[in-house]
Amino acid sequence: MTIGLIHYLVVAAILFTMGVLGIFLNRKNLIVILMAIELILLAVNINLVAFSAFLHDLVGQVFAMFVLTVAAGEAAIGLAILVIYFRGRGTIAVDDVNRMKG
Amino acid sequence: MIQALAFYLFAIVVIGSGAMTISSRNPVHSVMWLILAFFNAAGLMVLVGAEFIAMLLVIVYVGAVAVLFLFVVMMLDIEVAQMRAGFARYLPLGLALAVGLAAEIIIAVGAWSAGGVKLSQRIAPIEGNVPNIQAIGNLLYTRYLFVFEGAGFVLLVAMIGAIVLTHRQRGGVRGQNISRQNARRPQDATRNVQPPVGEGVQL
Repeated sequence: MTIGLIHYLVVAAILFTMGVLGIFLNRKNLIVILMAIELILLAVNINLVAFSAFLHDLVGQVFAMFVLTVAAGEAAIGLAILVIYFRGRGTIAVDDVNRMKG
Repeated sequence: MIQALAFYLFAIVVIGSGAMTISSRNPVHSVMWLILAFFNAAGLMVLVGAEFIAMLLVIVYVGAVAVLFLFVVMMLDIEVAQMRAGFARYLPLGLALAVGLAAEIIIAVGAWSAGGVKLSQRIAPIEGNVPNIQAIGNLLYTRYLFVFEGAGFVLLVAMIGAIVLTHRQRGGVRGQNISRQNARRPQDATRNVQPPVGEGVQL
């Protein structure tokens, strides 16, 4: 029983869909939506690293690092926006975000 | 055998904790499950030989991002009960979309593994005798130097942006104004008066 690339890809696919599902389920809670986005990025990282390892090419790991960087920045900015939104509205439900009438 | 065992352990725990992250009732518990998911993903990456990314995952995600989430969750005073409203309402649509997405990805993986997709040449082939961290460093500081600096700029902009967004100028607080304090001269602050006898002093 050897672990191949397919195993990793399936794990990443399940994690990715779980992140998407989390965005849909937690419409009242922006924090969990941000966490679901982190899950999605984690799935992408698993994919990149798995391909990198099984195809013997290091570029995937370098780009996984860049994805990590962007994820950290995204979390910081997202949480900052969340904090000022909560300060102004007193809620973090995504359903009634309509300030910009988009 | 032991690799397969470790892989299935990590994979099951990462998927289970991912499921708990999105379905947990309490956001603090969600963060805890997220930390568990990151740890086990790091385990998966160690298993495949990417130690540097695994350590980075532990340091950056568990050490920084998850703690940031935890701080924000604990600072915001949110009602947990009202947050769960709509969970059942969005479940069918969300599940349908998730299943569709998973099917699509699995079809893509199946098509890829069936062969026929020509892979181009390796850009940076992994050599057996170079450690993972050293190989990544060699690549990062030569070919991807500008991308690396760009990543640094992304972090800088994110940091400044987060500070600017959450900074709050509060009124009614007496802070120090160093330049004004230093520029204050005795003749501005004091005056000589000659009060008439018996009338007291006007302040």
